[in-house]
Amino acid sequence: MRRFLDSDLFYSFRTSPVAVVSFIVAALLVLSAVFAPLVAPTNPFDPASLNLMNGFTAPMAPNDFTGESFFMGTDDQGRDVFSTILYGMRISLFVGFAAVLFAMVLGIFLGLLSGYVGGWTETIIMRAADVQLTFPSILVAMLIFGVAKGITPVEYRDQMAIWVLILAIGLSDWVQFARVVRGATLVEKSKDYVAAARLIGRSPLTIMLRHIMPNVLSPVLVIATISLALAIIAEATLSFLGVGAPPTQPSLGTLIRIGQGFLFSGEWWILLFPAATLLMLALSVNLLGDWLRDALNPRLK
Amino acid sequence: MLSYIIKRVGQSVLVLLITGLVAFSMFTFVGDPIDNMLGQERTQADIDRLREQLGLDQPFVVQYYRFLEQAVQGNFGISYRQGRPVGEILLERAPATLELALVSGIFAILAGIALGVFTAIRRDGIAANVIMSVSLIGVSLPTFLIGILLIYLFSVELGWLPSFGRGDVVDVGGWSTGFLTASGLKALILPSITLGLYQMTLIMRLVRSEMLEVLRQDYIRFALARGLSNRVINFRHALKNTMVPVITVIGLQLGSIIAFAIITETVFQWPGVGLLFINAIQFVDIPVMAAYLMLISVMFVAINLIVDILYAFIDPRLRVAA
Repeated sequence: MRRFLDSDLFYSFRTSPVAVVSFIVAALLVLSAVFAPLVAPTNPFDPASLNLMNGFTAPMAPNDFTGESFFMGTDDQGRDVFSTILYGMRISLFVGFAAVLFAMVLGIFLGLLSGYVGGWTETIIMRAADVQLTFPSILVAMLIFGVAKGITPVEYRDQMAIWVLILAIGLSDWVQFARVVRGATLVEKSKDYVAAARLIGRSPLTIMLRHIMPNVLSPVLVIATISLALAIIAEATLSFLGVGAPPTQPSLGTLIRIGQGFLFSGEWWILLFPAATLLMLALSVNLLGDWLRDALNPRLK
Repeated sequence: MLSYIIKRVGQSVLVLLITGLVAFSMFTFVGDPIDNMLGQERTQADIDRLREQLGLDQPFVVQYYRFLEQAVQGNFGISYRQGRPVGEILLERAPATLELALVSGIFAILAGIALGVFTAIRRDGIAANVIMSVSLIGVSLPTFLIGILLIYLFSVELGWLPSFGRGDVVDVGGWSTGFLTASGLKALILPSITLGLYQMTLIMRLVRSEMLEVLRQDYIRFALARGLSNRVINFRHALKNTMVPVITVIGLQLGSIIAFAIITETVFQWPGVGLLFINAIQFVDIPVMAAYLMLISVMFVAINLIVDILYAFIDPRLRVAA
């Protein structure tokens, strides 16, 4: 801990107001999402706690019929908007983290493999990466989602949607990781410690995972942070378009989709609060990623 | 040079064959067309007969070849949802998307270059700094939020512009255009801004950084010493020399505009190809999805190929490396 507080990284963090503020915002959002059941005043998915009479209550104003008052108002079914946002953010963050983790594991493994093994393996993996890079990743994610939806039986579609979403966003994003890891692996491969490990008869898999991998991870961290912001936005976009999280498990994107329907009838709070939350989340993670990139790579400044 | 071009064309054909394979596999592995076409009361003989009729008893490679043959002729089968040929539906929807993409592309290029030059020349001015900061937020803002924001401002609050659809369209030789009516033009404004905003920021930032680079060169200082006016220096000398990378980026972004039209078209219920695709995903309409995939990949591969070949003409080093 002492060592961490004295490190260059922490110093650059402490002296960058943007980084500190965006870290605090991101941390608050993540914590309130993780502890949503404790923070949220109601559980929006428990039908017993809902009262249809509370529908369309404006923020901070008592309801005409029940006299109850809600911090961010309620939606058409009387669900507390603040609670749905907390639970929705949970799904957004879960999908975002899981998708990036999936893309990272896949990308690191394929990157190591193509960098270390070379030959045909490398050609096939990197060609596939090139082909995929030709298309915008959101389009790739949509296609994967569509195909996966077609394969899953109708009765499981809503349950599986979250997992399909993670798979789709993860698969659309592995290329960045694989490219960077491959580049770093090519450099590390020719170093003496790799030759030594090979001499004492370690298997290629052990050399890749135990010896090379720890040395190629620092750029991966930067990409992961930036990917997280992109994954959160991608998830929100897909859900907003109606090809993501189902209304039974709404993420922030689904909530915005629902809220858009009330834009013309004057219930602005159903749309505004989820949208503002998404914006804060994406912006803070994005700024953190930018800061981390500059801090770990002073040359890029 | 020729061998480089041949190699690149070969690679592009390979990419198209692979995406074709993906599109074809969607037909083969996602759902059974026999199931879709025959009702509940069917005999094994019916199934076999239809299977033979559709050529589904043939080996995979033969089926794939037939699929490609049909696709090249623009025949992508019949939409499961609308029951009409997919090619016909796509042709009907294409003008809407192309007009939207055209207008937002022009907006992105003109506004992007103008703002880029402005922020480069007035580097320390307040307005330039405000534009730069706003553009940073604009990049992190998801497209659909920008669209909703514009709708809220200009349709709900001010009531100036329509929030959905294309307005009145005129049919000119099979091409339905919104350029000829007032409501059609009005309907174009918000979607084009939404779609073009990201590309505009990109072009603006690129033009700005290239301009700053060029303005530092000796020939600019020399032009100043010759007593040329600022206007001539900035636009004749500086801007001209920033255009090469800008044109490349514009070329590469062309494809993204059409791809991202999916989002904008959904927000504004714009009856284009993108909205068709999203609806196809929602209802698992495989023929439409496959056709859209093929169409978009031909476009992307063609754009990449053209940019690469142009590069080879401009930069001789690439020819040697190839």
